[in-house]
Amino acid sequence: MAAYLIRRLIQAALILLGVSLVTFFLLYLLPADPVRQIAGRSATAQTVQNIREQLGLDQPFVVQYWRYLSGLVQGDFGRSYLQKSEVAVLIWARLPASLLLMAGAISCELLLGLTMGIVAALRRGSMTDQSLMITSFIGVSAPQFVVGLLLLYVFAVRLGWFPIGGYGTFRHLVLPSLTLGILGSGWYSRMMRSSMIDVLRQDYIRTARAKGLARRRVIFRHALPNAILPIIAMIGIDIGIFMGGIVVVESVFGWPGIGQLAWQAIQRVDIPIIMGVTLVSACAIVLGNLLADLVTPFIDPRIRLR
Amino acid sequence: MTEASIPEKMPSRSAQPRSALSRLLARKMALVGMAMILLTVLGAIFAPWLTPYEPNLQMFDGLTIEGAPLPPGGEFVFGTDLLGRDLLTRILYGARTSLIIGVAANGLALLIGTLVGITAGYFRGWVGSVLMRFTDLMMAFPALLLAICLAAIFQPSLWIVALVIAMVNWVQTARVLYTETTSLATREFIAAERTLGAGTMRILFRHILPHLVPTIIVWGTLGISTTVLLEATLSFLGIGVQPPTPSWGNIIFENQTYFQAAPWLVFLPGAAILMLALAFNLVGDALRDVLDPTQRGRD
Repeated sequence: MAAYLIRRLIQAALILLGVSLVTFFLLYLLPADPVRQIAGRSATAQTVQNIREQLGLDQPFVVQYWRYLSGLVQGDFGRSYLQKSEVAVLIWARLPASLLLMAGAISCELLLGLTMGIVAALRRGSMTDQSLMITSFIGVSAPQFVVGLLLLYVFAVRLGWFPIGGYGTFRHLVLPSLTLGILGSGWYSRMMRSSMIDVLRQDYIRTARAKGLARRRVIFRHALPNAILPIIAMIGIDIGIFMGGIVVVESVFGWPGIGQLAWQAIQRVDIPIIMGVTLVSACAIVLGNLLADLVTPFIDPRIRLR
Repeated sequence: MTEASIPEKMPSRSAQPRSALSRLLARKMALVGMAMILLTVLGAIFAPWLTPYEPNLQMFDGLTIEGAPLPPGGEFVFGTDLLGRDLLTRILYGARTSLIIGVAANGLALLIGTLVGITAGYFRGWVGSVLMRFTDLMMAFPALLLAICLAAIFQPSLWIVALVIAMVNWVQTARVLYTETTSLATREFIAAERTLGAGTMRILFRHILPHLVPTIIVWGTLGISTTVLLEATLSFLGIGVQPPTPSWGNIIFENQTYFQAAPWLVFLPGAAILMLALAFNLVGDALRDVLDPTQRGRD
């Protein structure tokens, strides 16, 4: 176990190193000049040159990357070009909002997805099953920005049940969480349905039924725990999809998280922030995958970590 | 997360195309999906004949006296946008954008994914290691963030957007085909071919690739749905297909500030995106059931 963990952590570190290299290189190729953004339109050629030297942007790629990397291993993400602040501080300040949104979204997708999947599996082949599965297809096919705007229009603009945007109370959290959760609930309901159907076919369920146990007890005590656990382990893998989704959803709802930070930085070519958010997201994805793999053997002892 | 549905075993070639097609046509949802795709394709091709307006024509009578867009109904069936252009016309021409990008980007992604997957799966060794580690690396990228960065780097045009999407979307295919190729490569008939002196290229393309065709078809169909959604999202953020070329995403991008007063400008193109993505998902899912024997009897 310890050896496995160490090997996986080394792999994760190498992947993050690769992500940093690729992102840094892509941003190095950027034709939009960050120095122009900082200096403003009226700056003289001399000022532009000074800023370029000050930021070390006149150095060759390898030197720039090495500098960034040596800062990174000491926990230094560099300074924002435009916000005159440490990137780490900016990200740290925005992280709680994004984590809150993620928690809300995971609750939504599990609640919706698992319920739909269980009901569909229990009524397999019925009209209910079919309409639930079509709903799940619509969920995975709907563009998140359209879902977001639709929820905003119906529940905020028309009905006035929730605020139009912003951050702070529970009511602010509902619509963005739902927007992010609908996509995932489509996937979860389909997986939950097929997992539940598989479990219901097993001999131990037949035995439980044959013993004369009540249907409710068979479903909730014998079938559900076995069907649900492998699905729960998928949450770790979800994180990658969330990380993309929050850029869109935070911009639609004006949610002050790292997605919005990244989007503003991309528009203003604030390279250190883009680098920072990409690395934090990659880190979350890698850890999520690792977590999913680590949890699996506890759920199913037949699977051993290799 | 879609990996949960990766078929473990390959459907053998005896899953004859004829019976697969008839089984596909027997599925109601697949038929609905195919009908929606056909509708979109016809709308895109015959757009100039279906509507009397030009997609970029700003019409005087397309706006109210106060300069507001016209709601659906009346002379303009879907209403008009902020610049007084006919929305139905823009949606019809926008279908061209979605379909071109869907097919081009996804075709390229499929090609890259297939080449990486089967090369890594067949050669193993350091070639395979390097390729698969790179694939792992790509998996760790938040795909949308990467696409946004890439789209911001290049000046976005239709083909650049397609290229960006392909560069992000090949990863899943590569992973799936890698797994299948590794198991195929150890089978007896491949070893037999090798002893008979078949060259590597011959084994890869004559003996391994044909076994992967069902998987490629399934992932290719589902991939178009992902591609359509990604293009719409990039265009919605303003870094995809650039106006005035209409795309469903950029119609929403152009009009979203006004969406409380003119919701049709967001929800009609939104419905078009949903419909096309849903259609390819329905067909792709049916294809998976039909082509993959391990999935049979699940519904």
